[in-house]
Amino acid sequence: MRVIFKTSYDNDINLFKDRIHFFQYVFLLGFALVLPFFVNDYYLGEVALVLIWAIAGMGLMLLVGHSGQVSLGHAAFMAIGAYSVVILQNRLGLPFIISLPLAGLFSSFLGILIAIPTAKLHGIYLAILTLAVSILVEDIIVLADPLTGGVNGIFAPDIEILSINFNRYGNIDGLYWLILFVTVVFIVGYKNILRSPLGRAFSAVRDSEVSALAMGINIARTRTLAFAISCFITGIAGALFGHFVTVFNYETFNVVLSINLLLMIVIGGLGSIHGAFFGAMVIGFLPIIISFFRDQFLNDIGINLMNFPGIETGIFSLILILFILFEPFGIYGRWLKIRTYFQLFPLYRKDMFKRQKSYLKTERVR
Amino acid sequence: MELFQLLLSGLASGCVYGLIALGFVLIYKATEAINFAQGDMMMFGAFVTIWLTNSGYNNLPFFFSVPLMILIMGAFGFLIERIFLRQVIGQSQIAIAILTIALGFILRFLAGAIWGHEPHFLESPMVGKNIYLNGAVLGLAEIFVIFVTILLTCLLYFFFAKTKLGIAMVAASQNQLAAFYVGIPVKRVQSLTWVIAGILAGIAGMLFSAKGSVDPITGLLGIKAFAAAVIGGFGSLPGALIGGLIIGLIEPFSGRYLPSGFSHLVPYIVLVLVLILRPHGLFSQISHKKV
Repeated sequence: MRVIFKTSYDNDINLFKDRIHFFQYVFLLGFALVLPFFVNDYYLGEVALVLIWAIAGMGLMLLVGHSGQVSLGHAAFMAIGAYSVVILQNRLGLPFIISLPLAGLFSSFLGILIAIPTAKLHGIYLAILTLAVSILVEDIIVLADPLTGGVNGIFAPDIEILSINFNRYGNIDGLYWLILFVTVVFIVGYKNILRSPLGRAFSAVRDSEVSALAMGINIARTRTLAFAISCFITGIAGALFGHFVTVFNYETFNVVLSINLLLMIVIGGLGSIHGAFFGAMVIGFLPIIISFFRDQFLNDIGINLMNFPGIETGIFSLILILFILFEPFGIYGRWLKIRTYFQLFPLYRKDMFKRQKSYLKTERVR
Repeated sequence: MELFQLLLSGLASGCVYGLIALGFVLIYKATEAINFAQGDMMMFGAFVTIWLTNSGYNNLPFFFSVPLMILIMGAFGFLIERIFLRQVIGQSQIAIAILTIALGFILRFLAGAIWGHEPHFLESPMVGKNIYLNGAVLGLAEIFVIFVTILLTCLLYFFFAKTKLGIAMVAASQNQLAAFYVGIPVKRVQSLTWVIAGILAGIAGMLFSAKGSVDPITGLLGIKAFAAAVIGGFGSLPGALIGGLIIGLIEPFSGRYLPSGFSHLVPYIVLVLVLILRPHGLFSQISHKKV
């Protein structure tokens, strides 16, 4: 068991608790960097996709997990990012390296547009509003045919930076490293936001609006900022996703994707960056696992799972329900419990993470 | 006369939205949770009715299969509450919302696996029968839908306003702990709410399948019913019905008078506008917490 001896108040907000903690992440990063040399192109593509989901998940996590506003419409912001990065390159001829942050800014702008008038909306109402926005954006993409290609969709050009081509099929290693770079940038940025006054304001607003107000936090401003940052990250994830799939249309970013994004971070564990990554792994690798079992089932038992379209979503939802019933803190919560068990080896008690019993009180009537 | 027909078809589909919205409001009133699966439960109810009634399946007479469907859907609601919702009693609204979203996905998958993805039609006695009223053609099914909805809303309103059980349900939602202290069996009340919600969903599904085709994605209609419930203020039963009627009326009229493509945007635009301008609906029950 490690004991951390704190000698200054700054220690509480250090990025890494101690040297071991630091080297763990350096090791992880090193592993991620050399991954292209060990796995084949197909699986590397899947890992890159998982990283993109993780970026989108981080965007949503900032909003849901840290500032406590539930969005059921984040696919809309991914769509804005994906469409604007392609349109900026195709129509205005901007290079990728400029249009990527611009796409994030566009998406962030839409987020602010939604956040300002809805600053007073509470949990579930905001969720419904964002759900409606997600549907609206989907329809607007179809209506804005000349710009977006309408129902037929749109082709993303190859990413080119300093005349290096990052085509998914030609240079998957390069694309993977590019996505990994963006991911790492966002992780560091996210971590830094969390330990800044803004990040703590997010948590304060999430935990109790009344006490946050009493502490002098401007709630509307904090919520709008959370929306802006979250939509920026998600927009960039959408832009990367658009380049990754190379061709997409309005259906790529439908309501189901919005809902899946939310379900993903809940499975991963709300309120932690790790949660976004765990959730992304589940959503990214589940289809591979299911297709593996599909072959097994067909050969051994003779059940053809192909006859049941949508089985992935079904299984995914089932996993989610099991998590909400038995492990509301998600995969990361379970991981914390296991880790604490080993860290405190003989001293772990069963009720250590027990939730306090809570009772519901209406928000409708005082 | 065209106007009159648009009005009637709008009212009929509005009634279905209203019924789904009633389901939302009922569960919200009684357990303070939002059941995102209500639309999918409606779809399931429609399929159960079709499965019982249609000649391709069980071929029961319509007026026998409807009570049977009500029983099945009531039991279904009870089971959902017992197996899933009972475990998360008292947890945050968001957890419950996400749980019901996942339940909705599973229902959609199950319906697709059992009954397939082709559209189904209910062979009810009302099919193809019309009433001719000075030149206007009114579908019997549509009139039936409107009639049943009004009846149900009155019943539910009376239940919450006058009966002891209804008041106990409202109390349990406003403060679980306090309701428990005054001797209300909170858990049983919650079970009962879900039974009623299941029955409501079943009836809404039956009505929906009586006037149109059903497939597993029909459940996504629930999102429009959200608009209805939000317009109505999410805590008011008559409000939900009125919201449903508004949404139902907007649809055929905007389809008639707006350029194509815009018409099905309108319900969502109305939803967004209501949420921005009158965040707690037209029949508000919410008062703000003050510091």
